[in-house]
Amino acid sequence: MSDHNSQAVARYRNNFLKEVEERVEEGEWVKMCMQCGVCAGSCPFGAHWQHSPQKLFMMIRAGKREEVLTSDSMWMCTSCYNCVVRCPRQLPITHIMHGLASYAHRLGIAPKGQPTREFAKIFWDNLAKKGRVNELKLTLSLYFKDGLVSGIKTAMGMQSIGLGMVKAKRLNPMEIFGGHGLKDLKGFHAILAKAREIEDKRKGLT
Amino acid sequence: MAKKEYAFYPGCSSQLKASASNYLTSVSSMCKTLDVKLTEIPDWNCCGASIGYAEGGELPRIAINARNFALAETHLPGQDIVATCAACWLGARESKDRLDASSTLMKETNEALAAAGLHYKAEVKIRHMVEVLIEDFGYDELKKPMKKSLEGVKFAGYVGCQTNRPFGIDGESFENPKYLDKLVETLGGEPVEHYDQKVTCCGGALAFSEPEKSQKQIRDIVESAYDHGAEMIVTPCPLCQANVEVYQSEINKKQGTQFNMPVLYYSQLMTVAYGGSMKDAGLDGQLIRAEKLEVITKK
Amino acid sequence: MAEMKTAAYICAGCGLGDKLDIAQMEKIAQKEGKMQLVRRHDFLCSTEGVELIRKDIATEGVSHVVIAACSRRAKTEAFDFPTVAMSRANLREGVIWVVAEGEAHDEVRQEMANDYLRMGCAELKKMKLPEGNPNKAGNKRILVVGGGMAGMTAALESAETGYEVVLVEKAGQLGGWAARLWRRVPFKQPYDKPQETGAAQLAAKVSGHPKIRVHLNSTLAETSGAPGRFKVQIAQESGAVSEEEVGAIIQASGFSSYDPARLPELGGGLANVIDQAGLEDLASSANGAPIKRSDGREVKSVVFVQCAGQRDDTGTHLSYCSGHCCATSIKQAMYFKDANPDVDTVIMYTDLRVPGMGEDFYRSAQEKGVIFTKGKVAKVESATDGLKVNFRDLILDEDVAIETDLVVLATGQVPNSGVNIDLPDEDEGKAKQVSILNLNYRQGKDLPQLVHGLADSHFICFPYETRRTGIYAAGPVRRPMDMLQATEDAAGAALKAIQAVENADAGRAAHPRVGDLSYPIVRLEGCTQCKRCTVECPFGAIDEDERRFPVFNESRCRRCGTCMGACPVRVISFENYSVDTVGNQIKAVDIPDEFSERPRILILACENDAYPALDMAGLAHHVYSAFVRAIPVRCLGSVNAIWITDALNSGYDGVMMMGCKHGDNYQCHFVKGSELANYRMSKIDDTLKQLGLEVERVASYEVAITDNARVAALINDYVAKIVEIGMSPMKGFG
Repeated sequence: MSDHNSQAVARYRNNFLKEVEERVEEGEWVKMCMQCGVCAGSCPFGAHWQHSPQKLFMMIRAGKREEVLTSDSMWMCTSCYNCVVRCPRQLPITHIMHGLASYAHRLGIAPKGQPTREFAKIFWDNLAKKGRVNELKLTLSLYFKDGLVSGIKTAMGMQSIGLGMVKAKRLNPMEIFGGHGLKDLKGFHAILAKAREIEDKRKGLT
Repeated sequence: MAKKEYAFYPGCSSQLKASASNYLTSVSSMCKTLDVKLTEIPDWNCCGASIGYAEGGELPRIAINARNFALAETHLPGQDIVATCAACWLGARESKDRLDASSTLMKETNEALAAAGLHYKAEVKIRHMVEVLIEDFGYDELKKPMKKSLEGVKFAGYVGCQTNRPFGIDGESFENPKYLDKLVETLGGEPVEHYDQKVTCCGGALAFSEPEKSQKQIRDIVESAYDHGAEMIVTPCPLCQANVEVYQSEINKKQGTQFNMPVLYYSQLMTVAYGGSMKDAGLDGQLIRAEKLEVITKK
Repeated sequence: MAEMKTAAYICAGCGLGDKLDIAQMEKIAQKEGKMQLVRRHDFLCSTEGVELIRKDIATEGVSHVVIAACSRRAKTEAFDFPTVAMSRANLREGVIWVVAEGEAHDEVRQEMANDYLRMGCAELKKMKLPEGNPNKAGNKRILVVGGGMAGMTAALESAETGYEVVLVEKAGQLGGWAARLWRRVPFKQPYDKPQETGAAQLAAKVSGHPKIRVHLNSTLAETSGAPGRFKVQIAQESGAVSEEEVGAIIQASGFSSYDPARLPELGGGLANVIDQAGLEDLASSANGAPIKRSDGREVKSVVFVQCAGQRDDTGTHLSYCSGHCCATSIKQAMYFKDANPDVDTVIMYTDLRVPGMGEDFYRSAQEKGVIFTKGKVAKVESATDGLKVNFRDLILDEDVAIETDLVVLATGQVPNSGVNIDLPDEDEGKAKQVSILNLNYRQGKDLPQLVHGLADSHFICFPYETRRTGIYAAGPVRRPMDMLQATEDAAGAALKAIQAVENADAGRAAHPRVGDLSYPIVRLEGCTQCKRCTVECPFGAIDEDERRFPVFNESRCRRCGTCMGACPVRVISFENYSVDTVGNQIKAVDIPDEFSERPRILILACENDAYPALDMAGLAHHVYSAFVRAIPVRCLGSVNAIWITDALNSGYDGVMMMGCKHGDNYQCHFVKGSELANYRMSKIDDTLKQLGLEVERVASYEVAITDNARVAALINDYVAKIVEIGMSPMKGFG
């Protein structure tokens, strides 16, 4: 257990709902779910989840902290917003899924090696570095995330696509040496750092 | 008609030699014809995309979007921000809505922006290019500059997720938005009826992390277009375009299908109808060539 | 009565003149119909056409009128001649709109029109102008039975409308359940928190009202009479009896709570397991402070068990949903949360139902942190300090248990409806059946019930109505409901009671033939005292005298004619509707011979649903066979078997009976009429066999008012079947 996690357990004891309301993005909506299950039926990746949003909300209310935060399910969210527009209670379900995933990730107890978790981290690091996404570096980091050998294998597998994209001028091989970036990168980084600091303070994650 | 001016937010994928560069090319051509002046927000940054959530958290994502707003308000006062990318539009609009709804978030965000000497005044409006076309022009106006008809080409209007939900285009339904079909009709093309994968998710960013699950989605999207007699797919979203076009060869390889369905942006269709060349329309940027459109450009 | 002078008016408008030979019909009216005056008009419902008829009535002394034009249901405002007897021949909806187009059908179309004209003339000659119930009575006071929310509201609404009220309440004070509640579910904006019941203020208003006389600690020892002249014996707890005379009665006797002791598996009987009423008592004693258990300990956690002993499909407990309990538990959970937000409140439900504005209330409870768990409770048992609730979590699909200080069982409403007069031994959650009304009616002491002890009336179409004219049910005695619905019910029932006393005073019928001046007339000298009429009357209108002759209480009668249909010796009739008015129409039809290949089918159609459906089939131009002849009847219950035998004897090839749906989900406007008809017709097969006829020659159908396309198809299918069976061998003998 990470420090953040043990602190959270100590602080909220068995009131997981309260923890979610205070620390998870849009978490204060969880109690408003009326358990109709429309979200579960609307999810494009519904077949691949162990716990639908409806179930996750019920588990939160039932205090199943460990099961919820270590679940793989919210990492399956493709951000298609189908559940959001169909929810009769208008819960921002997509954001709650993001929020739960992000919180579990922050506490360090999200499933290890979860591919979307890995990709999301790579993506953010990529954009945070230069202020804009470098697609080539993003793609390469993704392929090499499991190590050099499997990375080369994946990259070879996708080579035709990559070359096609280069030929169609939609992937820039020169980006590896720099690529697009912000002029005021310093300011950008300052904003990110400050925002993170404020949010951590508000959520008691310092 | 008087020139219309907007603060342009192209987004990462529309940059030069990025995955949606042909989107940018065709949007530029289309706007030239429509006498629209797009001025890039100086030094804009990434919106964070949906996938930014895990590492980015809440306030950092909102703050970087607010940075763009503040830059637009300062350098391009009075102009609406117009995004072409679905995720950019969604990320920006969502951030703006959240800021408008919460004075706490507003205060915290401006505190973060102050670190770079910026301030967000909550004046700017965020719009998608499709909104500009439909609301500021309308189908009748869009028809006027037409030089060529897209007659005889059947398009499946694939709207996807993020230009459709949770905000969508005003007056359209989430389950069956019609604007792409109407646009195709306006340009003389034939929209396929009852295209049942119109708003299906392509997997989005999970096309990278969960390729098999996403490719099942993509297969449905392409297969249904074929089933309904479409010759091409048209979409407003760069990630939809990329996922649905790029992975067809993968799916063919793995599943023995013979997909070869061009996937285009609405702006490419409009550029062709407005008499643009293959290059103007970014048709040279297709991995799967849209031959029928190429023929029209040469007419 | 003045001499009868008959007149027929044949309309040539609406295409009738183009499709029909009107001149031929004029001759038929004169020669066969024997009409003394026959006139044709090109637009009979116009001011000019109506004026023509009015003039004949005024100057020519016309007393009986046939209008041969559109359906009797059309142009009723134009053809309104209250001083004459009138029949209508339906040539438009019944003939030209339903018979197939084209010359090939000209002959059968004309035959059909001619027959309807003949039938109109034949009916007319047996009709009299109804004069109104001679035994009318004009007491306009309203008796309200029950002093709860519904009773008090009904009393106040009636009194404020200007009617005197007598209110009888069994308890020592007014208020009923409402007086026992700490707060009520919100019934006006804002819908987010419990509200004051207002019961005490309402009780004070009722007690102090100059038009309301309240009898506390009182019950009804006997109720006799009829609308406009009920006599009630009011018995006080002390034994004293007083008599009051009233014109109508509103029964608002409310409900009893289902006994939690019947639910041992849910902890019924254990300490700290209470029902919702029990929680109201705890909340009232807490008076806004944190709620304490009966042992004085402050409640830190509470579980509400919904549907306790309700919606039960095992046959052990109440089978229905009482409608209010979800909102009530939400309200009670708020009692805890509002006093102390840290109390754990769990509402355990399988389906949460909050009608009306309850959705806002539900959301508000969620906002306050009330936890809603979709689960089915298996067992509630004692634990250290409190209770353990074992349940199946229906979302997570697992068996779990939680410990809690207090369990509240949401048990249901059992109507206080008195004695079940049909099945005196049936018991659904009731202790002992005690009569509420103590009617001295021949059919029994209380209101007839439909299911679950609820007073019988159509829940949707005819709320508040009961099967006892002039007696109206309001509140949970009629169907399970919450307090707001009960107060709305009370206002509705008050209006019905007011209509009843006014109609009784004018000698007119009440619902559904409101304003009808005809009434049943019995020729007692022909009566065989068989009692069929007294037993079968759906409304208990007919008592028996000491010699077992029927005693007709006209003001209790709804004019359905079920007695007329039942009477084997045909001594019951109405002035404008009798065995003869219909019988004469049946006989007036021209029956072609056996070799004509033109069968004749009689349709007896209920005027409430089936006949309108036929009219609407015409309006929608659904083509059906021109071989049918339709006669509207007040209710299938009024069909006397003689009409069927007469029709078959005179050579009809088949009879179609069309009435309303019967059974538990009936649509019959007279509740039991179509059911009785169905029962009687089940015995007609023997008669047919005796006559040497196929059983298919009489067929019964349930027809709803919306069945316009279906009714045309039914006719065509039936005619095809008759053609297949062959023509009746009875032709030429009638």
